Amino acid sequence: MTWVNAVVQGVFLGGLYALFACGLSLMFGVMRIINLAHGDLAILGTFLVWALVDRLGVSPWVALVPALPVMLGVGYLLQRTVLARSLRGGPLIPLLTTFGLAIVIQNALLRAFSPDVHSLGAPAGRISTASLRVTGQLSVPVFGLLVLAAAVLVLGGLHLVLRRTGFGREMRATAQDPDTAALVGIPASSVYARATAIAVATATLAGVFLAIRSTFDPSAGPTQLIFAFEAVVIGGLGSLWGTLIGGIVLGVAQTVGGTIDPQYSILAGHLVFLVILAGPRGRSIATRSAP
Amino acid sequence: MTTGRRVRRSSTASRVASGCVVVAALALCGMPYMVTANVVQQLTSLFIFLILAVMWNALAGYGGMVSVGQQAFIGAGAYGTIFLTQWGISPYPAVVLASVGSAVLAALLSPLVLRLRGGQFAVGTWVVAEVLALLVTFDHDLGGGTGVSLRGLNVYGPDLRRAYTYWITLAFALLLLALVFALLRHRTGAALQAIRDDEDAAASVGVRVRPLKALLFVLAGFGCGAAGALTLANTLFIQPQSIFGVQWTAYMIFMVLVGGLGTFEGPIVGAVLFFTVQYAFADAGAVYLIGLGLVAVAFALFLPRGLWGLFAGRAQIQLLPVGYRLEDSAS
Repeated sequence: MTWVNAVVQGVFLGGLYALFACGLSLMFGVMRIINLAHGDLAILGTFLVWALVDRLGVSPWVALVPALPVMLGVGYLLQRTVLARSLRGGPLIPLLTTFGLAIVIQNALLRAFSPDVHSLGAPAGRISTASLRVTGQLSVPVFGLLVLAAAVLVLGGLHLVLRRTGFGREMRATAQDPDTAALVGIPASSVYARATAIAVATATLAGVFLAIRSTFDPSAGPTQLIFAFEAVVIGGLGSLWGTLIGGIVLGVAQTVGGTIDPQYSILAGHLVFLVILAGPRGRSIATRSAP
Repeated sequence: MTTGRRVRRSSTASRVASGCVVVAALALCGMPYMVTANVVQQLTSLFIFLILAVMWNALAGYGGMVSVGQQAFIGAGAYGTIFLTQWGISPYPAVVLASVGSAVLAALLSPLVLRLRGGQFAVGTWVVAEVLALLVTFDHDLGGGTGVSLRGLNVYGPDLRRAYTYWITLAFALLLLALVFALLRHRTGAALQAIRDDEDAAASVGVRVRPLKALLFVLAGFGCGAAGALTLANTLFIQPQSIFGVQWTAYMIFMVLVGGLGTFEGPIVGAVLFFTVQYAFADAGAVYLIGLGLVAVAFALFLPRGLWGLFAGRAQIQLLPVGYRLEDSAS
């Protein structure tokens, strides 16, 4: 029964990782860059929500209402100012720029909020601890279900937007060939800015779920970036549903590893990633990603 | 009289500069006789930064590989040294063996991580570093998460110990500079820069991309392993969180970007600058790191060839003859 429980917990954790990963996957799919500041931007958004909760005494859900549009704006401006310029500098410059940004955000948060560990679990109320009892030994946390549902909604919504709407068509066209897309009147810079905005906002949502589920601190960003990246690679690049599967595989690996011995939890996730990379699928990762 | 053009590899400036490098290297060897032990220790850490900058520049500036995980090899070098001394090997030979061990580790990992490119390679190497850090924390013989001291160096007096560590660090720095110089002078240099500019285009004109990238990765594994082992010999104590910390990558990126990505002289300039900045501002903590990050972003966006690129571009000068020059010649 412990094992079933571990797998169930892992699936819910995987929902959280998929939510972190979808923005990373979207930016990679559209712009062919890995945003090394992705995790730190998520934590920046989480601190914004935490500050609103702390100052105004509102619930995290209410705080998300102003915070998400703000983070959409942050993402949009980030692309318009810094990333647009770095994209013109060749393949290395966006990596160096986003890594520099990650250092700046992390240490700015450290300076502003101290290295203390915070949680949004208590302000979120009973939902963070409530659980549904399925059988005698198996109970399902309500919050886990909520996170998984949110991940499915966000990923499904993005999928529909990409497939069914005019904006999605523009995004796919720019991803395939920005120059040709520009010829028919789709400015790449505007598409990129909107993709970055969506990525930062979904990362913020994931960060808030993380903060309600457990804890966060100014240096939590890089770990979330690594998990998100692992989820993307495990699930296969360029597929949003693959990202959900990847997140779940990573989550299950971590909880099952943690059941063997708590200290093996994160290592087990890394090992699954490395095994996938070493396997036959790993061979095609770089070729598939070639612009 | 006909005018033609011919290709030269060196110029008067580069011949003078090469001579100066040799004189400077000899002068640096004599440093422990001239300055206090404390200064010798500081100079040792300067040369460790120099090794790191040169290695990261070799990876990113010539191979187009932005690694965020070189701390994997820094940690492997340091913990390799601890492991070997626990087996009864004396510390300085252990430093050399651990560096070679890091190169072997890099050779074993290269088929795996070189499957990735660009940002994927960056995060992939980071995962490798995290895995090694976790494995070390699980091992109680290596001190677990609390850290471990290097024993066996107390057979030397403190002054002599610092001098020995300084000389071996200087030797590693010169060896690695010479290796990179030889790589760039050889025809691999042109091939490597072609890979950096466009991997697919380089492959299409017959550059063997994969073995060359693997070669650089192994060289960087060796150099970063040496830097880690020497850091241990210089400070005598390490903790997994700091030796496997991603701040090493931040330092390397800062040094190489400010000095000049993809230039031979740039990382040397960057290392000296970073050493000065570190000495002056390290106590400022978070603010100092915010500053480092902002400067790195500014250089990446506005001056990607760094200070040396700016200077060399303006002055039309290359101090060390790694490239080719086209000159008018009367004949």
